[in-house]
Amino acid sequence: MKADPAGVLTGAHYLDGDFACGEGAMAAGCRFTAGYPITPSTEVVERISRRFPMMGGTFIQMEDELASMAAVVGASWTGTKCLTVTSGPGFSLMMENIGLGAMMETPLVVVNVQRGGPSTGLPTMTGQADMMQARWGSHGDYRLIALSPQSPQESFDLMIDAFNLSEEYRVPVLFMMDECVGHMTEKVVIPPADEIEIVPRKLTDKPPGEFLPYKANGNGVPEFARAGDGYRFHTTGLTHDERGYPVMSAECQEELIPRLINKITDNVDKISRFDEENTDGADVVLVTYGITARVARMGIDMARKKGVKVGVIRLIVVWPFPEQHIRDLASKIKAFVVPEINLGQMVLEVERCAGGKAETILVPHAGGGVHNPQDICDAILRAAK
Amino acid sequence: MSRTDIRITGFGGQGVVLSGYIIGRACAINASQHATMIQSFGPEARGSACSATLAISDSEVLYPYISRPDVFVVMSTEGYDKYRDELKDDGILVYEQNLVHPTLKEGQPSFGVPSTRIAESLGRTIVQNIVMLGFFAASAQIVSREDMRDAVKSSVPPGTEELNLKAFDAGCAHFDETYGEKKEEVGAAAANQG
Repeated sequence: MKADPAGVLTGAHYLDGDFACGEGAMAAGCRFTAGYPITPSTEVVERISRRFPMMGGTFIQMEDELASMAAVVGASWTGTKCLTVTSGPGFSLMMENIGLGAMMETPLVVVNVQRGGPSTGLPTMTGQADMMQARWGSHGDYRLIALSPQSPQESFDLMIDAFNLSEEYRVPVLFMMDECVGHMTEKVVIPPADEIEIVPRKLTDKPPGEFLPYKANGNGVPEFARAGDGYRFHTTGLTHDERGYPVMSAECQEELIPRLINKITDNVDKISRFDEENTDGADVVLVTYGITARVARMGIDMARKKGVKVGVIRLIVVWPFPEQHIRDLASKIKAFVVPEINLGQMVLEVERCAGGKAETILVPHAGGGVHNPQDICDAILRAAK
Repeated sequence: MSRTDIRITGFGGQGVVLSGYIIGRACAINASQHATMIQSFGPEARGSACSATLAISDSEVLYPYISRPDVFVVMSTEGYDKYRDELKDDGILVYEQNLVHPTLKEGQPSFGVPSTRIAESLGRTIVQNIVMLGFFAASAQIVSREDMRDAVKSSVPPGTEELNLKAFDAGCAHFDETYGEKKEEVGAAAANQG
């Protein structure tokens, strides 16, 4: 299905990452946003709230992030594509209802423009320290999808993918930006609506008497019935059967939770996205994401000039993590180098998948700025020894 | 790779961020270069020394921040004091001559403009930053006057285009009148910034 032209601001623009993210959401068909604006993500909802009236969208400024997340989970059950936007402290408050979204299999997108943390930290300065929270932040076992853009252009492009993935797999998708990308202004080209592919809500064609709201199709994902369409159904955060009714038993838990996880893990190859460059014959491979991916390229160029064979994997979809690919690479290279604006998060995943076959070196940054490319080069030189 | 770094500073309310946006737009949209703008956030954006930076390059900008600008555009004393030491020794200084009294380094190309007075003469002080942009376009020669003029037109609020373009042209004209004969030399200085 093609995008609704009403939400697509076709043309070449000069936009910051936050505005571009908002434009991406609208182009993807998002027509409901609830949020509690917080720096450095405010401009996303500023943009959306200004433009929504022109396309019949609704923005509600909620009383806090718990309510914002709850509103988005609820609104999605009308069949509308929904978004909420936040940063660190708000992301923490959203965790419980993100879990509810996972349990109720609700398509929606959560943007986190990461700033320095913990707590209120550095509101106007960059960070990438919520990456593990994106994976593990809500309680219980679940799997979500998370993406990380490296530029305003990607903030637009990947928002469309984020919405499409949330519809395809019926999960909350986390859009893990960082303040640097959110607040940098660059050229953003928005294509015509008929060049933007949109995944619509997968509505059931079964009659009400036969429809089971949590009976999965072959992909592990159930079909959807909108509230108000005449289907009798029940949805809950409690462990539930195919009808959606609570069943408090280990058997039902064993039916439901592995399916919620497998619908992601069984489709990793389809969901996974990364850029790969020069990993064939490399001694050292960098694993990067977000703004750090750009800065790291300077460090890579510096190290190449000194004769080191360096490859790079830039994660676009960060979760699910491309485990098998890192495992395969580990046996062919000397070391992975992982620069990130935190004190060691995605590096843990790289190290786990490397399984001791290749060394894993973190290039940490506590936040508030980006790496000095020289530090990344130095780590590559150390890794190549 | 050829990269030019610019810092623009003034007090909050002078249109520092819009100025940065317009330069970036002129370069990225009209002149097909890569231009990454970063603006200052926080209380300084609403009163004290506010700033925007641009990295302009013929290839993708990998490192978005700047440390030693090639061009420093100054519209307030506080901004000058805060950032003056960053400017490269041979970097170009462009300043509001009635608000900023710079200490010039030897050999440094510098250009002053009474942009506030010129804006007043056009009837609206608020277009001071656009006068400055015209003067900047003419003096720093990073992007053509036509591309800058077009970016002004498409960036200002609808209905104010005429006044803003008048302000832009006045800024260019002031440069031509005051520094016109030094144009060659200035062009060479700007070309060396790569």
